[in-house]
Amino acid sequence: MDLHFTADEPTAAEISAVDSVLGAAASRWAGGGRGDNEAQTSRGGHGARADRHLLLPVLHAIHGRVGWISPGALNYACRRLHVPPAEAFGVADFYALFSTKPRPPLTARVCDDIACRVRGAEELCARLEADLGPAGEPCRGGEAAWFRSPCLGHCERAPAVLIAESGKRRRECVLAPASAEEVGGHLTRGGAAQAAALPAAVSVPQAGQPQLKLLQRVGRVDPESPDDYRAHGGFAALARARAKGREWVIEQVLRSHLLGRGGAAFPAGRKWQAVAARGGRKYLVCNADESEPGTFKDRVLMEGDPFAVIEAMAIAAFATGCQKGFIYIRGEYPLATARLQHALRAARAAGLLDGGCDIELRRGAGAYICGEETALFNSIEGFRGEPRNKPPYPTDSGLFGRPTLVNNVETLVNVPRIVLAGGDAYAASGTGGSAGPKLFCLSGRVARPGVYEADFGISVRGLIELAGGVSGSGKLQAALVGGAAGAFLSPSELDTPFTFEGMRAVGAAVGSAVVMPFDDTVDLSIILLRIAEFFRDETCGQCVPCRIGAVRQEELLQRLHRGGPLGSTEQEMKLLKEIGQVMRDASICGLGQTASSAVESALDRFPIFR
Amino acid sequence: METNANPDAPDLKIPVPRGPVPDVPRRERAAAVEMTVDGRAVAVPAGATLLDACRQAGVETPTLCYLENLTPVNVCRVCVVELEGSRTLVPACSRKAEAGMSVRTDSERVRLSRRMVLEFLASATDVSTAPELRGYMTEYGAAPDRYGNGSERAATVAQPVKIDNDLYIRDYSKCILCYKCVEACGEDAQNTFAIAVAGRGFDAEISTEYDVPLTESACVYCGNCIGVCPTGALMSKTERDMREAGSWDEARQERTDTICPYCGVGCTLTVHTQEKRIVKVSSPLDQEVTRGHLCIKGRFGWQFVQNIDGGQSPGDERAASENDA
Repeated sequence: MDLHFTADEPTAAEISAVDSVLGAAASRWAGGGRGDNEAQTSRGGHGARADRHLLLPVLHAIHGRVGWISPGALNYACRRLHVPPAEAFGVADFYALFSTKPRPPLTARVCDDIACRVRGAEELCARLEADLGPAGEPCRGGEAAWFRSPCLGHCERAPAVLIAESGKRRRECVLAPASAEEVGGHLTRGGAAQAAALPAAVSVPQAGQPQLKLLQRVGRVDPESPDDYRAHGGFAALARARAKGREWVIEQVLRSHLLGRGGAAFPAGRKWQAVAARGGRKYLVCNADESEPGTFKDRVLMEGDPFAVIEAMAIAAFATGCQKGFIYIRGEYPLATARLQHALRAARAAGLLDGGCDIELRRGAGAYICGEETALFNSIEGFRGEPRNKPPYPTDSGLFGRPTLVNNVETLVNVPRIVLAGGDAYAASGTGGSAGPKLFCLSGRVARPGVYEADFGISVRGLIELAGGVSGSGKLQAALVGGAAGAFLSPSELDTPFTFEGMRAVGAAVGSAVVMPFDDTVDLSIILLRIAEFFRDETCGQCVPCRIGAVRQEELLQRLHRGGPLGSTEQEMKLLKEIGQVMRDASICGLGQTASSAVESALDRFPIFR
Repeated sequence: METNANPDAPDLKIPVPRGPVPDVPRRERAAAVEMTVDGRAVAVPAGATLLDACRQAGVETPTLCYLENLTPVNVCRVCVVELEGSRTLVPACSRKAEAGMSVRTDSERVRLSRRMVLEFLASATDVSTAPELRGYMTEYGAAPDRYGNGSERAATVAQPVKIDNDLYIRDYSKCILCYKCVEACGEDAQNTFAIAVAGRGFDAEISTEYDVPLTESACVYCGNCIGVCPTGALMSKTERDMREAGSWDEARQERTDTICPYCGVGCTLTVHTQEKRIVKVSSPLDQEVTRGHLCIKGRFGWQFVQNIDGGQSPGDERAASENDA
């Protein structure tokens, strides 16, 4: 195709940002200088377009350098990658962390989502508004701005704030828990590169306890040292897998009855088997785009034990014959990103990835939907993060249209255990329908929020007790389980086992294993409104039921909250059910299909808005 | 070549080969896929969709984002059907038929989803120039006022119309985001990629890069986006001007098929005339040559026909100069 560009030219800084990812431009065709005889040559075709998957890394580089995606910078990126500017603009405009309008170089994103909201987020926002002015407006002489943000995945240390500074020395860090003073201090040029490090025990209160399996090394191992990882039993599973052979590994994963921990609970072994059976080029993807409000378990694993993720991926790639792996991590996790990048370099240097599968890390840029596996593929490929229709399933046609094994971080981290202990021994733990150990994310009004590990079978009450019980008034009003796409349980349902079968029985789901209790001083209607707002902001907009349904659901709840229903409250409740049903029945992907689940579960159980 | 088989063929002065002329190898007939639609057995060729099966069973299925000459994107979800064994409803337009499938199109569940999709669209979008969609709304009893009217307005995509060239206008208040124009501008027809979906969620919209005017974009004014637009959001300037003036009247229009006079490709043009004057050109989807897609000349370059009697239509000089280029 012939590309057409506007007259906007890139600045030197923007060119250097793009070149930092792609290398210098080889020719005038790609936006560089004119070479000899270049008038007689052309560049195009599949070869030129094959680098489109670098669009997102290039946009990250531009944004990190100048703080926004300018028309000139986009033109240059498009010349280099042979992408039509209209399409690249559509991609840049899709992600919440990118701006296509000039924006101050210093930004603070303040999480005001449900977990932070019941732990001081609104008070923090009020302070910032007093100190810096309204959200979204430039402050400090146009140098800085602060924004409200959906869940940043640091719920155990609420309230959380993501700081970013663009420039030659790009800076990103998360303050959690954050104070207005700290945020103000970080919103200065060349501020502290990192937030004060908190001990691992803050995020993992059980750290160091001997019964831990998935969290065994978190807080005990140096996350930056492959030798320390090895000294703590690391890489033994990879060696054993290679010694036993790929069929044996897949057999163990099948026998383990490991179900996917990302939310859909699909048997991991069946995915592995399906991908292993396919020939040709195959991909392995680790889904680290954990963005479900109230979820932070994968972050804790990646920050505390990054080599475990890489070892598990190496085993998966070996067993299924994938030649290339990707880790897609959400853009709001700077520390986990740095740790994984370091671990990847170290593992590569130590020859641990030898044998054909290299692993690359890709960062998201603020889009909940990209945790949906097919949206994630589109995002890696350099397209808008819109889900694909299924079938075909990823095991047949996934990343770049090839068979793809995609597993969540926690699912993968179970694999070394299965390889070491054997599938049967693994299957013996947990319950009949839910094998193995499980990580749970406790946040909201609990005494000791954090990631907790327990074998499947523990009840919701047991988990809340593990976390020191309900805080605030101490009297539980409701518990959100599974995430914003999950369900609210009433105090009478607390003895439900937190298993796939137990949750199904009460109309809930394991989801991302969120347990978020609210004591009786919390106004649940505010929580419901925030959930509805979350889905309105995070729907990709592709299909009608979700794009418009999420907006209509939020408008309806706002009307009820204001006490001004259209017609009667009963009519509104009936309408809400119908909105929920079309989203559940007719949306393309899981986001729309579950966007009404928590709201409906709460209205079924509690007399909110009545 | 069948010239030798026709006894009436003129003498072409080309020697006819002796002996039997080989037959064209027969195409392997696709194996039939047997399934049921609303209890009725149908057989469709392998690779056919559930929409094909529904049509074969004589079941009317509403569609908005689907068009025969475009790759199905299954985003509007108005064609959803109930597939036995599936947790959710499935889009008929893109889901491939498989042997033994059992599909219901008349269930309460299907009707509810279709009605809600139509209500959602009509509550957010100006559907005044979308007769097909309005027809479906009547059929399914859609009541968009349920989401607010009068003082309590539901959010809409209302915005000023974009008029930045003499050939066509973009009125995104009428856009239901069916992706058809993006497909026609891109891989499915024109390979120009002047427009794409930008933004996200309810704020997603069709846009050039940074919303620059079409005249600064890659647009080549083929108008294939107009040809596929189901709601009149994209409309030729001529039609828009006549509608504004109140003189557009489809009941008084005639359609005449002809062949485009410009080049040797031979696209079929459907010439829409009102009071013996051309007001619009379209192309039938089943046209063999380019399947309903045209170029700037065929779609907009018809003013010379009416210049014979000295008449002027809006946009004609511009179209003529673009043609020369």
